[in-house]
Amino acid sequence: MDSHVETLALREQFETPAQQKEASTLGMWIFLVTEIMFFGGMFLAYAVYRSIYPNVFSTASNTLNVVIGAVNTGVLLCSSFTMVLAVRSAQIGSRKALIVFLILTMLFGGVFLGVKAYEWNEKFVEHHVPGPTFHLEGTPMQGQAQLFFSLYFAMTGVHALHMVVGVGIMLTLLFQAYAGKYTPDYYTPVDVGGLYWHFVDIIWIFLFPLLYLIGRHHH
Amino acid sequence: MHEHVDSVKTYTIVFVGLLILTLLTTVVATIDLGQFNIVVALVIAVVKMLLVALFFMHLRHSTILTKVVVGGGLLWLGILLLLGLSDFVSRGWLPVPGK
Repeated sequence: MDSHVETLALREQFETPAQQKEASTLGMWIFLVTEIMFFGGMFLAYAVYRSIYPNVFSTASNTLNVVIGAVNTGVLLCSSFTMVLAVRSAQIGSRKALIVFLILTMLFGGVFLGVKAYEWNEKFVEHHVPGPTFHLEGTPMQGQAQLFFSLYFAMTGVHALHMVVGVGIMLTLLFQAYAGKYTPDYYTPVDVGGLYWHFVDIIWIFLFPLLYLIGRHHH
Repeated sequence: MHEHVDSVKTYTIVFVGLLILTLLTTVVATIDLGQFNIVVALVIAVVKMLLVALFFMHLRHSTILTKVVVGGGLLWLGILLLLGLSDFVSRGWLPVPGK
């Protein structure tokens, strides 16, 4: 029996580093598939109610600030860009660049969450939060309008929760990168953390048009 | 073990493309295309998703197994949406006995 020295890149139970890497990446993708189904249920609920009440959904959607939504989409895309550069820095073994890009990714993520908090606060001020004080101007269908905002809060809320978790992951990666744990031979956590971050970005790519843009052509 | 490393230029082009598509979808939404507004919005969103998945998530360099798993995930999402919606669409088609 040959005894190989166990490293981070090659644990005892794997044949090759490539096999170990593949196991981790595939595991993350399988988790992301469960996330697709998790968000998919909410997208289905949205599609059903929008198909039944298209006009109320348009009216409700038009109260959202489309400029803020578009800019925030840009901020999130910036964070994905810095994330992929962080992974690339890890690939080529640049510890300093990895640290800088991880910090930038967290910053962009933080800005996105800050803007989101500002938007949510606006909803409370404007009485657009489902509940006894809810009131939407321009439609008699208050109950159906609350459906839109229920979906809005559920979907953006769960998305933001994923962002908070993502920032936590970035923080962990940052500490480990600072400690010099990652080398071109082993940077799987950075890679897999990146997959998660980009996935959350993709969810927003669908949320933005469905929540902010569906009624704009009625103006 | 060294994987394929994409150039910063490739990532920058994809990033700029994503920003342009975001601007495009925002502007197109203000033009009245009737039923096609939602179609255009979703097509642009799918293109953006593909850019992020293929380039940022390195799916184009991934193994066949990973691609099959991702494709399977999207297939099941399709089943969820298609069967879920077909239920709602077809509910009024047949009379309910005794109602």
